[in-house]
This record gives sequence, structure tokens and C-alpha cells, in this order.
Amino acid sequence: MNAGHSTASEGGASLPIDGRDEKAFGFWVYLMSDAIIFALLFATYIVLVENTAGGPGGKELFSLSRVFTETMLLLASSATFGMATVAMVSGDRSGVVRWLLVTFILGAAFVAMELNEFAGMIAAGAGPDRSGFLSAFFVLVGTHGLHVSAGLIGIVFMCVQVVTKGLTVPVASRLYRLGLFWHFLDIVWIAIFSVVYLPGVLDG
Amino acid sequence: MLIVVVPVIVMTLWFAWRFRASNDNAIYTPEWSYSAKLDAVIWAIPVMIVAGVGYHAWVFTHSLDPYKPIPSPEKTLEVRAIAQDWKWLFLYPQQNIAVVNELVFPAGAPLRIEITSDTVMNSFFIPGLGGQIYAMAGMRTELNLLSYEPGEFLGRNVQYSGAGFSDQLFKARAVNREDFDAWVEKVRTSPDALDLATYEQLVKPSEAHPVTYYASYAPGLFAATISKYNPFGTLAANSVCRVADLDRSYAR
Amino acid sequence: MLGRLTIDALPFYSWVAMGGAAVTVLGALAVMAVITWLGAWRYLWREWLTSVDHKRIGIMYIVLALVMLLRGFVDAIMMRAQQAVALNSQGYLPADHFDQIFSSHGTIMIFFVAMPFMSGLMNLIIPLQIGARDVSFPYMNSLSLWLNAAGAALVLVSLVIGKFSTAGWSAYPPYSGIEYSPGVGVDYWSFAVLISGVGSTMTGINFIATIFKKRAPGMTLMRMPLFTWTVLTSSVLVVFAFPALTVSAALLEMDRMLGMHFFTNADGGNMMMFANLFWIWGHPEVYILILPAFGVFSHVVTTFSGKRLFGYTSLVYATTAIGILSFIVWLHHFFTMGSSANVNAFFGIMTMIIAVPTGVKVFDWLFTMYRGRIEFHSPMLWTLGFMATFVIGGMSGVLLALPPVDYLMHNTTFLVAHFHNMIIPGVLFGYLAGYQFWFPKAFGFRLNEQWGKRSFWCWIIGFYLAFMPLYVLGLLGMPRRMEHYTIAEWQPHLIVAAVGACVILLGILCLAVQLIVSIRQRDQARDLSGDPWLGRTLEWSTSSPPPVYNFAIIPRVDERDAFQEMKENGIAYERPDKYEDIYLPKNSPVGIIVGGFAFMFGFAMVWHIWWLAIACALVIVMALMVLSSEDDNEYCLTAKEVEQIENARYRDLAKAPRIILPESEEIVPGAPIQGTVR
Repeated sequence: MNAGHSTASEGGASLPIDGRDEKAFGFWVYLMSDAIIFALLFATYIVLVENTAGGPGGKELFSLSRVFTETMLLLASSATFGMATVAMVSGDRSGVVRWLLVTFILGAAFVAMELNEFAGMIAAGAGPDRSGFLSAFFVLVGTHGLHVSAGLIGIVFMCVQVVTKGLTVPVASRLYRLGLFWHFLDIVWIAIFSVVYLPGVLDG
Repeated sequence: MLIVVVPVIVMTLWFAWRFRASNDNAIYTPEWSYSAKLDAVIWAIPVMIVAGVGYHAWVFTHSLDPYKPIPSPEKTLEVRAIAQDWKWLFLYPQQNIAVVNELVFPAGAPLRIEITSDTVMNSFFIPGLGGQIYAMAGMRTELNLLSYEPGEFLGRNVQYSGAGFSDQLFKARAVNREDFDAWVEKVRTSPDALDLATYEQLVKPSEAHPVTYYASYAPGLFAATISKYNPFGTLAANSVCRVADLDRSYAR
Repeated sequence: MLGRLTIDALPFYSWVAMGGAAVTVLGALAVMAVITWLGAWRYLWREWLTSVDHKRIGIMYIVLALVMLLRGFVDAIMMRAQQAVALNSQGYLPADHFDQIFSSHGTIMIFFVAMPFMSGLMNLIIPLQIGARDVSFPYMNSLSLWLNAAGAALVLVSLVIGKFSTAGWSAYPPYSGIEYSPGVGVDYWSFAVLISGVGSTMTGINFIATIFKKRAPGMTLMRMPLFTWTVLTSSVLVVFAFPALTVSAALLEMDRMLGMHFFTNADGGNMMMFANLFWIWGHPEVYILILPAFGVFSHVVTTFSGKRLFGYTSLVYATTAIGILSFIVWLHHFFTMGSSANVNAFFGIMTMIIAVPTGVKVFDWLFTMYRGRIEFHSPMLWTLGFMATFVIGGMSGVLLALPPVDYLMHNTTFLVAHFHNMIIPGVLFGYLAGYQFWFPKAFGFRLNEQWGKRSFWCWIIGFYLAFMPLYVLGLLGMPRRMEHYTIAEWQPHLIVAAVGACVILLGILCLAVQLIVSIRQRDQARDLSGDPWLGRTLEWSTSSPPPVYNFAIIPRVDERDAFQEMKENGIAYERPDKYEDIYLPKNSPVGIIVGGFAFMFGFAMVWHIWWLAIACALVIVMALMVLSSEDDNEYCLTAKEVEQIENARYRDLAKAPRIILPESEEIVPGAPIQGTVR
């Protein structure tokens, strides 16, 4: 707990929030291991993608316009989180909270769209218990969605901390790590878009 | 490999004794910690051994590939094996007979067995005769065997599969051609036939199932057993396998 | 309300099962009674259970490992007894029970003996060895410990409530699927593995960060002690490999609980996907366990030969090479799935290549002994026993790496003999050597030598008796996991193996006696110097047991054998001019609370008690939020308090035999090793 006993810092210029920070380093290592979880889920998906067991495939299920909207929401949320980080570095407390709330709304909209997609598929008889392909699809995309939801909780949690504690060194360090997590999820989503939805729609 | 193992064991014991603390005659060089020559040797010896063994691994893995047909002037006997809880069903497509827990085949003639499972993963193994291969539902694996002499072997499932596992064994008998023909005739005189209804009964779990003969079996039973789990043939095209070309059990 | 948990879950179906449950329950009650009788609950809670001190966490890990070793060993001896008598008969165990026993034996030995033992040694030693005050994330460390304990508790509870899995420790589907294993056993397995796996992953992350970020000034990577190198490599493997275990067990549960089709026979599942995922974790896991043991051997050999380590650079490269290669050999666990000869040959040759760096290591240790002054303390005996025995396992491993041989030996007792031949001498002997070697560091007194040696001889003789017959049986074609058999030829070998298991039991008893005798005679075996073996690395430079802050002044490192160098240059034990305030993490109950709720969460999931599972998950999330928002979690040990502790240390040093303090002009630290003093 390297920064635990230091008191609140004024302004953002000296925040120890780069990769040399011990906690940030540990967080990078965690992200690596999380990335492997996703990599293995991708591998599982690729293996099972054709095992539709007579059920619907990607071509029947995926809607490119919906996925495009989802992608835009998530990309925009990454940008707004970036704005929150910029506000943090310049010590602008209300700016941080404002941008975090925008990020939250975008992320929540993404999760809502995804849940809507899942609900529609399940209602149409294409739930995760229908085929190996759908199991792999739901778990891969759902794991990402679960991560995003955890990130949303993190955003609320950090907003509360920024409001109540201010931009102290520990708060800034946490916010920095939450940012890493959020951008990481964006990258994973790009992979999902390219591996799951795009080929699914193109050659079903 | 023994040229590494034996020296290591000998050196361990010998060094330990020779350089024991109470031996005042032994040389003591506490700072000595590196020798380029020794370093080269201790890397080179294992590398050379592994290169040699690795070469043979490559050659023998290919020449002893269980999928490889065994060349022989004799006609190959085709058998289809289905793993069930906890027994083996053998179908003889050329003779159109079916047998539970007994595998009889002519000595000196190649035996080609296609294998699948109608339950959990099994492993088909006749230790005296050749290697084992997994039996997996919805998939097909293959084993090519040959017994030069008549003889009796014990075959079994060696992949743990549940309560009846210990008794999931069968006799594998290599007999001469006349005895084989006589045996086939004997099976054909059985009053039972393995139609689909009988198969449904047979596939239910049973332990230490007695040897049972069926004079005939429902056509396409083996393919039907595979497609029961894999009706769309998707496993054939797909796989773990597309990633690393691991495939064969599926692709054939 | 209680999901599928009913009164039928209690083990009234067999006397043996009831006995096992009774021992488990009575054991737990007895421990609690003793603690109550000693009035030690408060002390235990304050000083141990809520501790975030890496040394105490390490000790608690090792206690967990030793307790679970007893349980796992009872399984082993029950299996050996069953197979010794079960010729043409059912023996004394029904198939269902025997199957639970071999499943829990493997699960316990790998996940709840080897893993916590390794984490324990890492925790105890790594910060001391790199000159740090603690690990990078002490709170996460406590969390890891208690998640491991929660997993172990789930396995133990399965003995009392419900049944354990019968699907083997690797839980291959489709057998482990809901269709063929509808009970709770596989769920116990997967939740125990998932929960402890999360703990292990966090340990891996923690130690990568610790070793990269917390080394003492001057300790470059190539000056790190070998144990640190092996732990670093093994931690990297943990972080990369454990996700595969998590994914395989989680997907298996998806199939079981939500009716999905990852590994099912029908509807597009692919059972070999599980085998691939499981062994993508499983093979690196072997090296995760064995590399730290190799580190221990390196320290034991150098210390008891009174010599520098031969071929340090070679050993480091060999370690990292093993780490990388371990990820491209997994398919050798299922050559027999029918993959093509090209694929099998590739993985076979990769597997053999691992033998190269491993062989190099053995030779490096041998040449470390060469021209040394070898003292046969018990850690050294374990090491010698390892070297002589491990090569045999290595040879059988290279044989099994040949696909044509594997077609014959896979799933037989030859395979069982092979991996026990790697893991008992390689992993367990290494950890036991480490336990004997570092015990004085942890507790301030040495373990009794005589009982240590007795234990060693029982273990090694028992090992040969128990496993050499299994090699023979494998060659005779005996499959593993046989509850009974019909071939009379096998029985004599199985009886010898059972005798071997009994000899190993004696070895375990000797370890217990050693601990008791040593505690009773601790005053005669005090380690006042902190350096009982004339060690060479930094952990020996501090007192035994070390103060809570490990080092009053963080040492500077200029050499590989940092402490040896300090002693030779006469700067060991030098007194600093002044001390500084030291900030240390406060104790926290969050770790044990999360562990407790993780256990209940696992239990609730196993029995489908959904409301309880949700409640536990919420508590865990809240506890983690509280923990992660804690800003002020350090306390200050003032310079004055540090000075008091250090003064006591110097008084002890003055009383210690063989050490002459710098003040007395004669600078001869570690005097008896004349050869090393320049």
C-alpha cells in the first residue's frame, strides 16, 4: 500500500498514476490474465461456431445495425472516460464526476442493448442451451457484458469517492486503474465484433 | 537415456560421499562456480540425446500410427466397436453379425476397427495386441491391428467411465481362418437379432455383461450411433482442429 | 429453501463413509475445543487469522497444506488397501466410494497440498530473500490465503454433506456432465477448484509485482537468488495458466447448471475442448509446482556444500526455458484422442525437449556438490533423494512422450507411477526440504535432525516400494482407477505397493513426531543468530523469527549471494547510525470474511440454494469495496520502537555461538567456514 499513508495531494500534476506505480503494474498483470480468459473463450467460440445442432446460426441471429450501435456506445464511453482522466489530471473534481456519469450512461445503454439482444434470442428459442454455438456465444459475449457491468459499479463507486474524498492520491490511482479496465473492455469488444458478429453476419 | 540416468544416480551418491564434510582429504573450492566447458557438456549431452530420441519419435509416430492400414496379402477384417456402459459392442459389417464383449478375428489378417461411443468417453485397449484409442460419442476413431499368431488377449476400456468400469472387459481371440469361419457360423445361429429396439435395451447400463451373439444387426447402426450425437456432421468440418489441425478423429 | 439439500445428504449409506465424516467433524471439534481450552481465540484472531504479514500468511498456508496432506494420504492408503485385497472380490469399498476416493486424492494433493505448500514457502521467504518488508499487495495476499482455505473446506465438507465427485481429479466430461454425474460431487469439485483458483491467480499476480517492484536496491534480475527466480517463473505461469482452469471448470458448470453444450455428447458440444482447456492449465501446473521446489534444492545444495551455486546463469535460462516450453506440450495428455501423427510427433518432441533444461539443472546441482564440504542435514538428504529418484521419473516421462509408447501406457498404472515419480521427489521432497530448511527462520528454533532423517528414509523407501510395482503393473497392462480386478498376477505387486504406502505413513508420523519433539526441546535448538545453516542469501541476515518489518534498514545488494558476501566483507550485522519510522499494513478481517463467504457461496451453488449464493456474493462484493476504498490502512512503527526491537536482536546475536560482532574488532562472521573467509 505504497500510497496509503500519504495525504491528499493538491492538483493532479504529481499523481503517481503511470505504469511505474506498483498497483498499476499489478493491475496490468491482472488484465493480462483476464485477457487470457477472453482468449480462451474466443478459442472455444471458434471451435464451436459451426456446431449449431440444427439451430439458428449467426446469420439468422445477429443484427449488424444493433451491434454497430453497441460498438459506438462503447467506443464513445472510452472517449468520455478519457475525458474524465484528463479532468483528473488537471484536478477538476466536478469535471471528473461529470464525464464519469456520461461514461456510465453510455455503458449502461450498451449493457441494456446487450440484455435486450439476449432476451430476444432466448424468446426466439435461441438460448444458450440450444446448441454448442449458442453456449459459446452467450458465455463469450456475456462475460464481456458482466465485465462492463462490473465497470459500471466501479464508476458509481469512484464517483462517490471523488465527491466525498476528493482527488487524493489513492482515489486517483483507483480511477486510473478503472480507466485501464474500461479501455481493456473496449479492446475486447472490438475483438468480439470482428470474431463473432462480423463473420457471423457475413457468412452465417 | 540410461547414459544420463545411471551417471546421475552414481554421481549423486559418489559426490555426496566423496565430498562429505568429514572427509579432510577432499579438495574444497568454495568459489568455483562456473566452467564453460562443463556448461557446454551438460547442455550438449541432453540435447544430443533428445535429438536422437526425437528423430525416432518422429519416425515411429508415423510408422506406428494406429490409423495406418497394415499392409498384408490377407483381406482386412472390418469391425465397428461401440463403447457402452459398461461393455463393448462389436459389429462385423462384412459378416453382418454383432457380438457383445467378445472380439474374434483371424490371425495373420489385418484387423481394422472403427470406434465410437454411445456413452461417456472410453478408451479401447487390447494391451497384448496394440495401442489404445479413445472412443467418443459423435466421433469416430480408428485402430489397425494384426496378430501374427493365434492367441487370446484381454481387451478393455481403460478410460475411467463409472461404476462398472472395472468389469468392462472382453476377450479378444485371434484364431485361424477355419475357426473364425466356424465362429461366424455359430454367431449366425443365434436366435437374437440386434434391431433398434434390442439396441435400445442393450445400451442401458449393465455391469459385467455376458458375451452375447446377434445373428444380424440393423443396417447403418454404427453411423446411426454417431449421428445420434452429431446429426448434422458439423464436428467433421470443424474443431479444435481447425485451429491446430488436430483433427482426424473428426474429419474421417 | 435449501435447494437440493436434504437429510439424505448425510453419509448414513456406508460405515466407511460415516467413519470419514465422523473423523472430519470430530477433528474440527477437537481443534476448536483445544483453542477454547487454551483461551486462544482472541489471540488467534488478532495475530493470525486477520494478519496480513507475509510470514504469518506463509505459515498458515503450510499448516493448511500439512492438514490436507493427512487427508489426501488417508485417501491414498485406502486405495492401496482396496487394490491389495480386491482380486476377484469387491474388497471393502464399493465402486462408488472408491471412485470418490481417487478423485478426492488427486484434487486434494494438487490443489490443497501442493499449491498451498508452495504458496506458503513463497510467502514466507520471498520478501525476506529480496530484502523487502512485505509483498506488494498484503491485503490481496490474505484474500488469496482464505480463498484457498475456502476451497479446501469445500472438499472437506463434501465428506460430511453429500458425496464428492467420482470423475477423477481432472473431471473429464461427458462423464462429469449432468447426464452421467447428476449428483453434487462434480459441483463440489468445480467450485473448490474455481474458488481456490482465483486465490492462486491473485498469489501469482502478487508475487510478480513483488519480485519486480520490491527488490532491495542493487538486486538486479541476475543477482536474484534462484528461489526468487523460480518463484517468479512459476508466478508468471500461474497468471497465464490458471485462467484456463477457471474457464474449463466454469464452462463445465455452465453445462451442468444452465444446460449449455460446451462439452456434452450431443447438441454441438465437444468433450475434447475440455481436455484441451484443462491441460493447457494442467501441464504448466506441473512446472508451477516443481520450479519453486527446484529453487529450494538450489539453496539447500549450495548451503550444505558450502559453495557457490554452479552454473547460475544456466540455471536461470533453464528455468525460464522450462516455463515457456511448458505451454506447448499439453496435448501429450491425450495423444490417444486420434490426432494425426504429425500433431502427436510435434507435441511428443516438444515434451522431450523439456528434459534438456531439466537435465541441465540436475547436473548444475551435482557440480555444486563437486568439491564442496557436504553436510548431511535433513534438507540435504531430501535433496539427494530427489536427485537420485527424479531422474527415473524423467526417463519414464521421456518414454511416455513417445506417442507409440503412450498408446500402450496411457491410462495405465505406468502413468500413475510416472507422475508420482515426478511429483513426490520433485515437488513434495522439495517442499519438505524447504520446510526443514526454513523452519528455524520462521520459528527461531531448528527441527530435530534425527526424526527428520527417519522421516526421509521412510519416505524414500516407501516411495520406491509403493511406485516401482506400479511401473511393473503398467507394463502388465493394468489400468488406473480399478476398483477390483481378475488377474491374479497383479496382486503381489499391489500388496508390495500397499506396504510401501504404510512405510510412507511412518514417514508422515515421523514428521509429526519431529514437530512435537522439536517444540518440546526448542530451548536447546534456539537459533539466536538468525543464520543457523550459514546461509548465503538475505533471508538469513535478519533474526529468526524476523521482526514484523523484516529489515530495519533495507539492505544494499552487490552480489548474487548477498549475505555471504556481507559476511565475507565483514559488513553483515553492521549497526546503522539511526533508525527510521516504518509504515506497515494494519491487520484486516476482510480476507477471512471473504473466504468464509466464498465458502458459503460455493456450498450454496453446489446445493442450488440460490438465495444464499446471491446473498454471499453481495457480501463479498461489499467487503471488497470496503477494502478497496480504504485509504489509511498502515500503522507506524516509530524509530524508537524499531530501535528497541533491534537492540534485543543484537543482544541475541552477542549470545549466539559462532558469530563475532563487528564491534569486537575481529570481523569473522560465520567463523567455522574458514574456506570462504578471504
